[in-house]
Amino acid sequence: MMRIAYLGLTAALALTACTGTTEAPKTASSNTPGPSTAPENPFPSTYTAYPGVPTVIRGATILDGEGGKIENGVVFLSGGKITAVGGPDTPIPADVTVFDGTGKYVTPGVIDIHSHLGDYPSPSVQALSDGNEATGPVTADVWAEHSVWPQDPGFSRALANGGVTALQILPGSANLFGGRGVTLKNVYARTQQGMKFPGAPYSLKMACGENPKRVYGSKGRQPSTRMGNIAVDRQTWIKAREYQKKRAANKEQTRDLSMETLADVLEGKILVQNHCYRADEMANVIDMSKEFGYKVTAFHHAVESYKIADLLKANNICSAMWADWYGFKMESYDGIRENIALIQNAGACAIVHSDDENGIQRLNQEAAKAIAAGKRMGINIPEEIAWEWLSYNPAKAMGIADQTGSLKVGKMADVVLWNGNPFSIYTRPERVWIDGALMYDANDPKRRPVSDFELGQIGAGDTK
Amino acid sequence: MNRKFLSALAGAAALAAFATPAIAQTIAITGGKLAIGDGSEAIENGTVVIVNGKVTAAGANVAIPAGAQRIDATGQWVTPGIVSGFSRVGLVEVEAVESTNDTEANKSPFSAAIDVSTAINPLANPIAISRTSGVTRAVVVPSAGNSIFAGQGAVIDLSNDMDDVTQPRAFQYVELGETGAAKAGGSRPAAQLMFRTLLEEAQDYTRNPAAYDGRSKDNLLLRVDAKALLPVIQGKVPLLVHVERGPDILGVIALRKEFPMLKIVLVGAAEGWRVAREIAAAKIPVITAGLTDLPASFETLAATQSNVGRMVEAGVLVALGLTDGNDAVQLRWAMQQAGNMVALQKIPGATGLSWGQALRAISSAPAEVMGMGDRIGSLKPGRAGDVVIWDGDPLELMSAPTAVFIDGKQQPLENRQTKLRDRYATPTPGALPKAYDR
Repeated sequence: MMRIAYLGLTAALALTACTGTTEAPKTASSNTPGPSTAPENPFPSTYTAYPGVPTVIRGATILDGEGGKIENGVVFLSGGKITAVGGPDTPIPADVTVFDGTGKYVTPGVIDIHSHLGDYPSPSVQALSDGNEATGPVTADVWAEHSVWPQDPGFSRALANGGVTALQILPGSANLFGGRGVTLKNVYARTQQGMKFPGAPYSLKMACGENPKRVYGSKGRQPSTRMGNIAVDRQTWIKAREYQKKRAANKEQTRDLSMETLADVLEGKILVQNHCYRADEMANVIDMSKEFGYKVTAFHHAVESYKIADLLKANNICSAMWADWYGFKMESYDGIRENIALIQNAGACAIVHSDDENGIQRLNQEAAKAIAAGKRMGINIPEEIAWEWLSYNPAKAMGIADQTGSLKVGKMADVVLWNGNPFSIYTRPERVWIDGALMYDANDPKRRPVSDFELGQIGAGDTK
Repeated sequence: MNRKFLSALAGAAALAAFATPAIAQTIAITGGKLAIGDGSEAIENGTVVIVNGKVTAAGANVAIPAGAQRIDATGQWVTPGIVSGFSRVGLVEVEAVESTNDTEANKSPFSAAIDVSTAINPLANPIAISRTSGVTRAVVVPSAGNSIFAGQGAVIDLSNDMDDVTQPRAFQYVELGETGAAKAGGSRPAAQLMFRTLLEEAQDYTRNPAAYDGRSKDNLLLRVDAKALLPVIQGKVPLLVHVERGPDILGVIALRKEFPMLKIVLVGAAEGWRVAREIAAAKIPVITAGLTDLPASFETLAATQSNVGRMVEAGVLVALGLTDGNDAVQLRWAMQQAGNMVALQKIPGATGLSWGQALRAISSAPAEVMGMGDRIGSLKPGRAGDVVIWDGDPLELMSAPTAVFIDGKQQPLENRQTKLRDRYATPTPGALPKAYDR
């Protein structure tokens, strides 16, 4: 009883301390909708930062996420923000918690741009399988957040083993237009709204290649080929442009959830995250995006990006990649371990992603493999540059780089203290802060989240 | 004429470079940081001697025979070739392209008799790709089709010759957990009953092969499948049993009361740590993936990365393998799995492995689990000359082999992926399209 009251009070204090960190929740009533206009955000974020204490980490090697590296550095977190980053002489107040980071590393929290946690949670039973609305190739009307089960044990593993502080949950790739993706803070909450990254833009998940043509071809309907994929895409964009023009002109029309999302894409409000493996297909998508006047933000999986690194650079499109996946399907046959390094080397935007509840626990290790593959072919990528793949570049491609993704003063204090060099196999997160709140501490079992699903089960609260 | 001669010459040169097995050949790899693979830690300035394809000595202060070909590994690491404790390599080219995937035959009338050694493709690209990363041997496991029994697995080498099978029909594989329940008609008790019934039918066959009618109304087991289970019930080959849940593991241990000759190996065993003492007391080894830490199903609720460390601490022989997927193409993840086990040592409350134990889990341990520890998996005298020279700590993500030997023969480190890499080192075409760059 006492404890609950006390906790409530701390939470309230934290709210006051952190008012700057979160936007006031928007509701339908805060808009002045036209006749066919959607409310701005009917499912607003209710996330608020948890309480933190002013904290200094000193003596660690800092990788700032934007290509900077400071040896024997100082990071100061307060009020949920990064308030100072610098060398050993950086001034810090006297009365703050200080962690000795000697021999350790401090980085921005890892950001995974491609996750299905919550939508394809553990346990992977059919009853919880909510990642693909595979009933039609165009389901731009669905929103991944409405499938997110906030009790997925996977969030805790991504935090404790992977140092993941933010992640984008995307619908699956069965459909050409899979639906809206949502960006979450990796903080457990009772509702998805409670995890939702305040102010993050939405994404549209699209897919090329084998999946849509297989899923619908096997049902005897369009698309059953790659040319069918593009044809259905283009027909859909034609309709979307008509809808968008009417909407922009404030003309009466029945609201259409699919068209609302696509119109927002055409107006640049929603980012396009496009699942695509093969180089030739990415080139087709780039031309299609120009035909209809939208921008592809990132190609996901992109195992053949290395074949068209120049084209991707010229079009300012990121590639979200695995380090070494290949051979699991025909369109992944040409995957090579140098993909990430070759994209970096070409000056294009490289991102390490997981698409996997296990891989998300080791994105730092994936980056290390990519550095090593590059080095073996004479491409030397410093570790401070490689960290951009894990936080700043995904943050950019998710539209949240102004708030997180690097250790810059004023940004959210989404920070990981690693117990060694994070590109070593022997290193794990020691502490993880999200908005300045200590959400994981390897030395404190009470700072190890246990989802409702695992509570009361064997092994609950164990090191995982 | 000229052209023919040239290619013959090139062939001869290649042979000379990679293989001269006919005459006595002695290789001494010197100066490297050497790990035997038996659980001990690496030693500085070690020497490995390979004579006629087999290790004759390894350690510090090893005498180098006169006339040995010396390979200087100063500044590098030397280990036994990596052994994948669980894979489907050689059975698959592209996992989702059915015609290239020979792991499972769910429309076949046969089960236990299916023999993967008859279809290992030594030219499968995943073999060359795995070899480049230091994997030299693999346990190859069939996938269960329409029976709880999947068939007979093999142990293979990953060399570039056409003869990759080290041990055909090395073991039998059976599903007894959730998957087994589904294969047996829908429940665990049905799977248990199926298992008992099929083994009893195999015993009937053993007693009187001529009288066994595999097609009678009452028999579930075909004659060939009954025959294939013979070495299993006689304890001549291991029986790999896939279960995950703690109670299911105890159930498997109990089966030995009825079938005392069975040489059981547990596969998966995500909750093995819960019953580690019982597994150790029954002297049953385990093959598992190590990094399984999510309740992917209701039979892995207690999954934790500490599973391996806790079982090893209790005295269980544990080998690492790809029991959680990616088993046909990602054998090179073995080193990452092992290294992560070492990382756990620094986490309060977790149980990991020492470096030497971790290497063992991907070298001598899988060999011993297969009953082949005297033939492969370590650098003890008499073992196959499978040796890898690494440019750094083999368990580290940044390290890679600089030389790989299998049966004492140096292996090429090129593969389809390195060719693609070289072709696209610069993405734009030169004077001719990329298709002309070879």
